[in-house]
Amino acid sequence: MTTLSHPAIAESFPTETLLGWLRDMYLIREFEIRTMQAYQNKKIGGFCHVYIGQEAVAVGCVAATRNNDPLVTAYRDHGHGLARGMAPKYGMAEMFGKLAGCAKGKGGSMHFFDAANAMYGGHGIVGAQTPLGAGLAFATKYEDEVIGGGKSDKVTLCFLGDGAVNQGAFHEAMNLAGLFDLPVIFIVENNGYSMGTAIERGTTMAHDLGAKARANGIDHITIQGMDVMSVYDGMKPFVDQCRENSRPGFVDMQTYRFKGHSMSDPRKYRTKDEEAQYEAQDPIGRLEQVLKTQRDVADADMESIYDAQKKIVREAVEFAENAPAPGLDELYKDVYVEPFGPWTGTSLPEMLANDPNYNGGAR
Amino acid sequence: MSRQIEYRDALNEAMSEEMRRDQRVFLLGEEVAQYNGAYKVSRGMLDEFGPKRIIDTPISESGFAGMAIGAAMRGLRPICEFMSWSFSLVAADPILNNAPKMLYMSGGQFGCPIVFRGNDGAGGQLGSTHSWCVEGLFSNVPGLKMVIPSNPYEAKGLLKTAIRDDDPVFFLESERMLGDKGEVPEEEYLIPFGKANVVREGTDCTLLSWGRPVNFAVEAAEELAKEGLSCEVIDGRTIRPLDLETIVRSVKKTNRLVVIDQSWSFGSPGSEVASQVHAACFDDLDNHVHRVHSHDVPAPYAANLEQEMLPNARRICEAVRSCCYVA
Repeated sequence: MTTLSHPAIAESFPTETLLGWLRDMYLIREFEIRTMQAYQNKKIGGFCHVYIGQEAVAVGCVAATRNNDPLVTAYRDHGHGLARGMAPKYGMAEMFGKLAGCAKGKGGSMHFFDAANAMYGGHGIVGAQTPLGAGLAFATKYEDEVIGGGKSDKVTLCFLGDGAVNQGAFHEAMNLAGLFDLPVIFIVENNGYSMGTAIERGTTMAHDLGAKARANGIDHITIQGMDVMSVYDGMKPFVDQCRENSRPGFVDMQTYRFKGHSMSDPRKYRTKDEEAQYEAQDPIGRLEQVLKTQRDVADADMESIYDAQKKIVREAVEFAENAPAPGLDELYKDVYVEPFGPWTGTSLPEMLANDPNYNGGAR
Repeated sequence: MSRQIEYRDALNEAMSEEMRRDQRVFLLGEEVAQYNGAYKVSRGMLDEFGPKRIIDTPISESGFAGMAIGAAMRGLRPICEFMSWSFSLVAADPILNNAPKMLYMSGGQFGCPIVFRGNDGAGGQLGSTHSWCVEGLFSNVPGLKMVIPSNPYEAKGLLKTAIRDDDPVFFLESERMLGDKGEVPEEEYLIPFGKANVVREGTDCTLLSWGRPVNFAVEAAEELAKEGLSCEVIDGRTIRPLDLETIVRSVKKTNRLVVIDQSWSFGSPGSEVASQVHAACFDDLDNHVHRVHSHDVPAPYAANLEQEMLPNARRICEAVRSCCYVA
């Protein structure tokens, strides 16, 4: 079983590329800060899980793939949607329960979907997205080989939390992916806790999650997920290999969520010292440091990038505030494609109608 | 002489024709390829379509049902075979939480054009865990369609429609009927969803059923005719969509309805139809809607107990006589 070592690729990238990653991480951080505020102000309801601390994972993984490579994740999904290019206003409007939301206000925080950017959700049941990820990979391979008559050329990224590795669906998906040579990479965002349960308390071989991959004959790597350059360096060759060989991969992505599992979590299961230790490894601060010391980027330049993201998010909140709630006619829409009985068929959200990248192909 | 083929071959023809017509269609499930189908429904299909489109899966219903749903989200049109619908219960999360809700949760972005199909219903002395009639459980869920064919002709025409449908279809076959022969024309035909079929006309009482018990209802109607009771028998064909219009038209004529539904009575298609008919035909009914279901017990093994547990012609006759005040 090969375990790839990570070459230093990101180091050779131009400063603009790294600044782009910084911008994306700023955007996610600011989006989540304002999400928490809006939740506390009761503008957002339901379950809400923020991505603060884990930004390097989504940004680095997305950078290592193409925008038409399918991506699917669990309910901590805001970062993946934004990293893939969803306009923040559509995500914020979704959480505000507005018609202009990415899912017309029918999904909420846990169900960000974006067909134009091959973002297949946003799924609420722990581990449920792992067979879907296998299926997306099955489909791209089938499209390329059976329908197109060529070679499989897409890679699916399937994100899951460390708690999901104990679900049956995950093991079934891994077995199927290994058995059918599916081009999917299962990325465990291992933040050490499934809600309030430390990984050692719920998971065998917690010190070596790669064991779960070896059991299914799947290549695996471990990546330091608090550093976006390290994420990219680990993911890029792994993604390229998956694309080339059409074989699945598994990543133990070591990361940390700075906030609670959800908005209602008092975090009594971990110490303040532990939190402080990880906050010192903040992926944003880390990249800022690299840019400052190795690329001579001025603090003021980075601040102005952050300010621009703040403005975008502020406008997203205003957009969400002012957008109309879905009309009651939406209740019976999108249940069935074809209208019958009380059901009125389906229509696309405003987000796709306004997206030049969307050609209707994903549906 | 018109052509007679088995129910299993009608299913096979429907799948094969649709796979020839549309490359996006593929079949996956346990033993569907090299074994030629656990019940020989897919025999010969591996030879014709090859292993990339006829796919043997491991015994992993949650995994392969979820995988098929992921493929459907990209616009492929999987036919996902459950050897038995009883085994679909370990795939409850993907088939109930993902397939029928995907279009809604994604705000219209991702549909799920998939067919789940397999054997439903008791009758083979398989014991409780292998004898599920899932109509009652699954018809509760909006976003899915439910189809139950009653003979080879229905099986072929309805399965072709199911494969072309853009929404998830739960297609409930009957292992007890796989060897039944019936008339199936050579030329192509499709049977639309939501259009019930009046298989026998009558004036005294309407009998509504779906799937295998439709045949018991016909048997009962023949028996009751000897007693001077004229029964109209309706094959509902699909539970979602439900063709209330045809049912109501018949009830307004006969003023009596007996629903025969092989699932358990509590919260079932039978109870739902009774409720809707009571609302729509309140002034037309000469008696309350009578229902014949499986008895409210787990499926027993012993042959005599199992036969008594299921709807059968004798129990249907008793219900009709009661409904018509002929005791």
